[in-house]
Amino acid sequence: MYDAGKIIPGLIVFVGLMLFAIYYNVGNKIEDPKPEKPVGYTSCVLPLEEIRAEHMVLLNEWRDEVIREGKREKVEAGGKMYEKSLQNGCMHCHTSQEKFCDQCHKYASVNPYCWDCHVTPEYGKALGEAN
Amino acid sequence: MDSTRRKFLKIAGLSAVAGIGAPAGLNMLMNKNVQAAGGHGDAAPAAHGGGHGEAPTGKRYGMVIDTVKFHERPGLAEKAIKACHSYHNVPDFGNNKDEIKWLWNERFANAFPDKSHYKKDDDLNSNQFLVLCNHCDNPPCVRACPTKATFKNKDGIVMMDFHRCIGCRFCMAACPYGARSFNWRDPRGEKDGRPFIKETNKLFPTRMRGVVEKCNFCSWRLAQGKEPLCVEACGGTGAMVFGDLNDPHSEVSQVLRTRFTIQRKPTLGTKPSVFYII
Amino acid sequence: MLEKALKGNGTYWAWMFLLLGIMGVGGICYIVQYNYGLGATGMSRDVTWGIYISQFTFLVGVAAGGLMLVLPYYLHHYKDFGRITILGEFMAIAAVIMCLLFIMADLGQPLRALNVVFHPTPNSMLFYDMIVLNGYLFLNVICGWAVLHAEYKGVKYSNWVKPLIYLSIPWAISIHTVTAYLYCGLPGRHFWLTAVLAPRFLASAFAAGPALLLIIALVMKQTTKFDVGRVAQNKLVTIIGYAAIVNFFLLGCEVFVGYYSNIPGHMHTLDYLYFGLADHHTGEVFNNLVPFMRASVVMGLAGIALLFYSRKVQSDAQLAVACVLIFTSFWIDKGLGLVLGGFVPTPLEHITEYYPTAVELGITAGIWATGGFILTILYKVAISVKLENEKTA
Repeated sequence: MYDAGKIIPGLIVFVGLMLFAIYYNVGNKIEDPKPEKPVGYTSCVLPLEEIRAEHMVLLNEWRDEVIREGKREKVEAGGKMYEKSLQNGCMHCHTSQEKFCDQCHKYASVNPYCWDCHVTPEYGKALGEAN
Repeated sequence: MDSTRRKFLKIAGLSAVAGIGAPAGLNMLMNKNVQAAGGHGDAAPAAHGGGHGEAPTGKRYGMVIDTVKFHERPGLAEKAIKACHSYHNVPDFGNNKDEIKWLWNERFANAFPDKSHYKKDDDLNSNQFLVLCNHCDNPPCVRACPTKATFKNKDGIVMMDFHRCIGCRFCMAACPYGARSFNWRDPRGEKDGRPFIKETNKLFPTRMRGVVEKCNFCSWRLAQGKEPLCVEACGGTGAMVFGDLNDPHSEVSQVLRTRFTIQRKPTLGTKPSVFYII
Repeated sequence: MLEKALKGNGTYWAWMFLLLGIMGVGGICYIVQYNYGLGATGMSRDVTWGIYISQFTFLVGVAAGGLMLVLPYYLHHYKDFGRITILGEFMAIAAVIMCLLFIMADLGQPLRALNVVFHPTPNSMLFYDMIVLNGYLFLNVICGWAVLHAEYKGVKYSNWVKPLIYLSIPWAISIHTVTAYLYCGLPGRHFWLTAVLAPRFLASAFAAGPALLLIIALVMKQTTKFDVGRVAQNKLVTIIGYAAIVNFFLLGCEVFVGYYSNIPGHMHTLDYLYFGLADHHTGEVFNNLVPFMRASVVMGLAGIALLFYSRKVQSDAQLAVACVLIFTSFWIDKGLGLVLGGFVPTPLEHITEYYPTAVELGITAGIWATGGFILTILYKVAISVKLENEKTA
C-alpha cells in the first residue's frame, strides 16, 4: 500500500473519533421522562399514541388552518371544546412547560423553538422573579 | 408535511410548464392582473376570481378613522395604541432604530405626503394622525414576499406567518406606508432591568428576533365576533368604524357612502382598506 | 487540476493566510450578529437594508461583467480573449458565491433560508433571483471547469459544453436584470422606481466587472509570467470605457428627469446623495453620503479619461490606476448610494441615516476575503494550466 504510514494512523484517528460518542456515554443512565399529566382530564384531542408521535405535525396543521385558511372552529376532547392553539389550547390543560413538554423533549434531545414566541405560564413568573 | 410537499411539487411542476410555455405563462399572469385591477371591493366582487382565492361573496374588512373625533378627544389615540400594543406584546426598546409599532401617530405631512402642501391650516399642521397597516387590496408586500410568510387571507386581511418568515425584509422595502417592523433583537430581552415588553400578555405570543411583524386587524378577535382592540378602545365615540367593505349595509359602508374620505397614497394602486375623515 | 493551488511561493501563501485571517474575523463577527440578531448592524426600521444587500447588488454586477469576455470569445470567435475568458468565468463564480453569502448574512432567520424553495412564490422577484443566481453559478462552474480541464488534457472541450456556454450569455444579462427588478418594481420608493435601473445596472456591471479583471490581470503580469496580451488589454479598454460612459449617460438621464420635472419625490434622494437633504420639520440637513457620491462622479469621469489616454501611451501603470478609479467609482455608486439612498427619505418622508457597525464591516470584509480566497485558488489553477500548456506547445 502506498502511504500506509499516513493512511493507517488516519484511519485509527477517524474510527476513534467516531466511537468517542459511544465511549463517552457508556454507563450513563438517562432517567425516563415523567411528563406530568393534567389532573381531571381523561382524553386529549387525539388518541394517546397519535398525539405522542404526531403532536408537532398537528400543531403545524392547526397553524396553517387557523392563520391561512381561517378555520378557527374548536376541537373536541372528552366532551370539552378547545382552541386550535398551543398557548391557548394545549397549555390550557398542560399548564407547565417544564413538567410536561420538557420531560420528553430533553429525553429525546430535541429543542423545539416554540417557547421563543409562545408564552408559557412559567414565562411570566420567571420574568417577574427576575425583576 | 405531506401537504407542503404536494404543494411544492405542484408549483414546481407549474413553474416548469411556465418556463417551457413562457408566452402562455405570461398570458396567465396578465389575466390575473386584469382581474385584480378589475377590482373586488368595487361593484363586482365576483370578477375577482384568480388572485387570492377569494370566494365571490368574500368579506373585505376595512376601517374609517375619523380624525376630527380623535382631535376632539385628546388621549384617545394613545388609548387605542396602548390597547393594541399591550395586548399584542409589542416591545418598546426606547429607541428609533429598533422600534416596533403596529399603530402609531404621524403628522399630516408624513402620513399623507402627497396631500400635504405649504399652506395647510393650523389643525393639519399641529395634529397627529393614526396610521397602521392599510390591509391593501393589492398589497405590494405580499407580492414581494418570497415565502408567502405574508399573504392575504379570505377576509382581505394581510396576515403574517411568523413561523415562515425568513427575515429578508423585502416586504419592508415594498410597503409604501412604513407599516412593517422588524425584530432587530430579541423582544424578550431587557435593558437596565427594564424588560422591553412591560407586561407579557399570556393570551398572545411574543415574537422572536429576525422576523417582521405588523397589524393583523385582530383577525383572531374577528373570528370571535369582536371588533379590533383599537376600535373597541374608542368605545362609542365613532372615531374608528370597522366592518365589511363588501357589505353595503355595514356601518363602515354607510359612513363611506355619506362622508368624504381620503386614503394614503391612492395613486399607487394598492387600494388601501383604511379610510380617513379629515 | 486543483492540486495546482497547493503549490506556490511565499507571497502566495502569505496572501492566502491573510485572507483566511480576515475570513476568521468575519466568522467571529457573524457569531456575534447571529447571537444578538441583526440589531448588531447599523440597519434600522427606516433603513432596512444596509451594506450587505448593497454589496450583493454590486457583486451581481461583477458576476454579470464576465459576460463581456465570454461573449466576444465564444460568440464572435475573438481569439485574442483566449487567455482571459476563463478569468471572466472564474470571477463570476467567486462573485456569485459572495452574493449568496451576503444574502445569508442579511437574513433575520438564516436557518429558514430554504423556505424560499419549500414555499416557492413565483410572484416574488427574490424567487427568480434565487433561480438565476444559482443557475449562473452552476453554468460558470461547469463551463469554466470543463473548458479548462480540456485544455489541461490538451484536447478541445466536449460538444455538450457549447450549448451551456451559449446559455450562460443571456443568463448573465438575466441575473442583473432580475436584481434590478428587486428594486424598480416597488411602489413608494421613488429613487428605485425607474425603468432605466436595469440598463444602468448592466452598464455599470459591464464596466466594473472587466475593470476588476483588468486590475487583477495587470497584477498577475507583475507577479507571475501570465500576460493576457496587449491586444486583449486594449480591447478591454474599449469595453470598459464605453460601458462606463453609458452608465454616466443613464445617471444623467435620472438627474434630468428629477430636476427638470421638479417633482419632489424624484429629487429627494438625488438631493440626499449629491447635495444633502433637509428635514421637512426641523430643517436639519442630512448628507453623510455626499462626499462619497461626489467622489464617485469625479473618479468615474477621471477614470474614463485616463483609461483612453493610457491606451494611447500604452502605459500599464496608468491603465491600472484608471481601472481602480472606475471600479471604486461604481462600487460607491452601486455598493453604497443606490441601496442606501433608496431608503432616504422613507415612504413617510422621514430621514434616517445609516452607519454600518464594526460587526457589520467585519462580516463584510470576511465575505470579500472569502471571495478573494476562492478567486485566488481558481486563478492559480487557471494560469498554471495555461502556462504549462504554452511551455509544452
